[in-house]
Amino acid sequence: METFLHQLLSGLANGGIYASIGLALVMIFQATHHINFAQGEQAMFSAYISLTLIQMGVPYWAAFLIALAFAFVSGVALERIIIRQFDNAPVLTVVVVFLGMLFIINSLAGWLFTYNVQAFPTPFPVGLGSRYLSAHEIGMIGVTLVTLIVVYAFFRFTPLGLAMRAAAQNPEASRLVGIRVGWMLALGWGLAGAIGAVAAIMAAPIVYIEPNMMAGILLYGFAAALLGGINNPWGAAIGGFIVGVIENLAGAYVVGTELKLSVALVIIIVVLVTRPAGLFGKTVVTRV
Amino acid sequence: MPVVKAQAARPPWQLPAVIVLLVVAAIVPFVVSSFHLLQLTMVVIYAIALLGLNILTGYNGQISLGHGAFYAVGAYTMAILIERAGMPYWAIVPIAGAVCFVVGFLFGLPALRLEGHYLALSTFALAVATPQLLKFHSLEKWTGGVQGTFVPGFDAPFGLPLHWDQWLYLFSLFIAVVLFLVAWNLLRGSTGIAITAIRDHPIAARTMGINIAMYKSLTFGVSAMYTGIAGALGALVAQFVSPDSFTIFLSLSLLVGAVIGGVASIFGAIFGALFIEFVPNFADQISKAVTWAVYGSFMIAFMYLMPNGIAGALKLLMEKLRRRG
Amino acid sequence: MSALLEMKGVDAAYGQSQVIYNLDLSVADGGITALLGANGAGKTTILRTICNMRVRASGAIAFADKRIDGLQTEDIVRRGIAHVPDGRGTFVHLTVEENLALGAYSRRDRAAVSQDMERVFGYFPRLRERLAQQAGTLSGGEQQMLAIARALMLRPRLLLLDEPSFGLAPLIVQEIFRILSRINADDGVSMLLVEQNANLALSLAHNVYLLETGRIVLNGPTSLISGHESLRRAYLGY
Repeated sequence: METFLHQLLSGLANGGIYASIGLALVMIFQATHHINFAQGEQAMFSAYISLTLIQMGVPYWAAFLIALAFAFVSGVALERIIIRQFDNAPVLTVVVVFLGMLFIINSLAGWLFTYNVQAFPTPFPVGLGSRYLSAHEIGMIGVTLVTLIVVYAFFRFTPLGLAMRAAAQNPEASRLVGIRVGWMLALGWGLAGAIGAVAAIMAAPIVYIEPNMMAGILLYGFAAALLGGINNPWGAAIGGFIVGVIENLAGAYVVGTELKLSVALVIIIVVLVTRPAGLFGKTVVTRV
Repeated sequence: MPVVKAQAARPPWQLPAVIVLLVVAAIVPFVVSSFHLLQLTMVVIYAIALLGLNILTGYNGQISLGHGAFYAVGAYTMAILIERAGMPYWAIVPIAGAVCFVVGFLFGLPALRLEGHYLALSTFALAVATPQLLKFHSLEKWTGGVQGTFVPGFDAPFGLPLHWDQWLYLFSLFIAVVLFLVAWNLLRGSTGIAITAIRDHPIAARTMGINIAMYKSLTFGVSAMYTGIAGALGALVAQFVSPDSFTIFLSLSLLVGAVIGGVASIFGAIFGALFIEFVPNFADQISKAVTWAVYGSFMIAFMYLMPNGIAGALKLLMEKLRRRG
Repeated sequence: MSALLEMKGVDAAYGQSQVIYNLDLSVADGGITALLGANGAGKTTILRTICNMRVRASGAIAFADKRIDGLQTEDIVRRGIAHVPDGRGTFVHLTVEENLALGAYSRRDRAAVSQDMERVFGYFPRLRERLAQQAGTLSGGEQQMLAIARALMLRPRLLLLDEPSFGLAPLIVQEIFRILSRINADDGVSMLLVEQNANLALSLAHNVYLLETGRIVLNGPTSLISGHESLRRAYLGY
């Protein structure tokens, strides 16, 4: 029973990471109908920025915030400089562009920060830990929850958040009330980048930082987004926690860690086949 | 229910161009070095794999991020049957095709219900799972586990005065020509119309009596078959198969090649194969430190200049010339 | 009255197909101008051209004596032109309140915004009852009212209306048109009204343009058209 509880809680801790990435993916998907395959690499790069700052002597939380700012600005820049060139391109073309960005960011990270696997510090004191969760896992859940709540409040209660929601749902009507839709899109990218950075910085102490650290996490984030219903940001968040738990329980009880990844994905696919719009998604009825 | 066969206007230069291409391709093994010949053999093989992917993604609109899995199945089929069953390589090629057809068809059945991004994720998951499954220890005595298996070489048949690599090139070329002809015939007939109708307007297609489920699964099967045959040939070239040869990166490369070549196009497969075989080397020459960043930049640049792939850009060019002429 | 909106020599096309030919059109400051014509004549295109939405256009468009052709939609709107498009352009997943708040998004004068909110409820009391409701669940008539209310939240000088009567019951339409008349009279909002229902439009408008396959064939004060029986018969069919 104890192991079960531990696996469950640990799964929730990991789930916070997947929830954040899933949320970032859905935010961009809602506004653009594209999956940002480079989201993981953006996050990883920002984590490296914070590590570099920490290694230079900057205190952890200052480095954390600076890395977030970097993630935000670079997200905006990516959208304004590269992505907007492909506004009207076919879907597959845009997929290749995202993959190209993935290669570029990954390669730059390897060149600037080396491919060596490095340890990443955790700011949470060991005393915070309990019988079921390590200190970092508890801190991780806290930080990701705070992030999700802040983002929710931003979208729900601020005029800018409202404008961003409007721009994602109905760009043309948004223009008619004076919203600069292009910049809303760029802000969305910035925000998604920052959320991703939080996920990577929280995950790094556990998975260790190296240029390919986010590949598996991105896949789980993707799965979380689909599980929750690709158009539902909060579904993605809940989906993330569900995926985290499934991953851990599957790894502990069904197959070893070898096939953990595959089994978790198979379960998710099974869910999708039975409920193609995701657990919380709405099936859109289209007129013929 | 019979569908009217469309006679698409065929540009007059197409047949001579193909013949010239074939002649050049046939002469190649006797003029280039062994290393370059191996590269060109891989181009032929990738072209077959990309044609398979094109049929599914370009013509039928089902996106696949996991075709590397079918490539791997074909490769391992070749490796296992050559070693364990002692079968000759040329007999294994159609078997690999058949095996992959079945696997693709079976995958296609549940995948039917998934559209767009859901299908992308499922195929992505398949691709990620493939190396893990290949490493799985209960399959080890068949697959050779993590270390992989060697695939022995062979001599040219009938005592022909050809080196192994020359013969392998010609053998692959022959198979490629056959497969391209089959695809071309399939796609311009009623099957092709049905397949593209499903891509463009599935609801209308269904009301026309096209059995969407059957067509989609069959298309998946055919697509997997092509890529599997390519994988089997690839195993002969590499003379080695191991799980790490078939990572997600292979699947992504195949997709990139298909899109950059031009998806709904048979020639696109050839352009795409040239891209994924040569541009990485070219990028490596430009910079060893950030090779993949250079490659990624090429990808983005190509997509910016030619959003419909190389084949799409050529088609636009031809149309412009024709209008002016 | 001087012209608030002045279009001179405007051509408009979708892709390669030209729809509007050498158009001259003006809306008087404080007046209501109706734009009539059959389906496909190009009325919606003209409204879209003013806002630079989805059309390729050339020619001069001036609003309050300043050129606006070539500007982005959002910038044109911010100068004081509110467009209620065909299909209404409601944010269906957002609440009524959020829709109205978005109408005022580009404004800086927060105190005046709450005043305008009250004024809008004065015109459309039903909206106050439905504040927290999702806009997509409103009835057709209420959605039209919401669309007009949202446009008013911009405090526009010019209101563009694309077939406000479309798909609505006659009683609701009458109510809406009465309110439009009040808005024009009390708040001085000028209007360019596109309508297929000629009778309705003529009851409200001061000036009329008649559009036929992309060209103006008739224009003048309403009295000219409605009083002139043969003109009316020839062009409006009654």
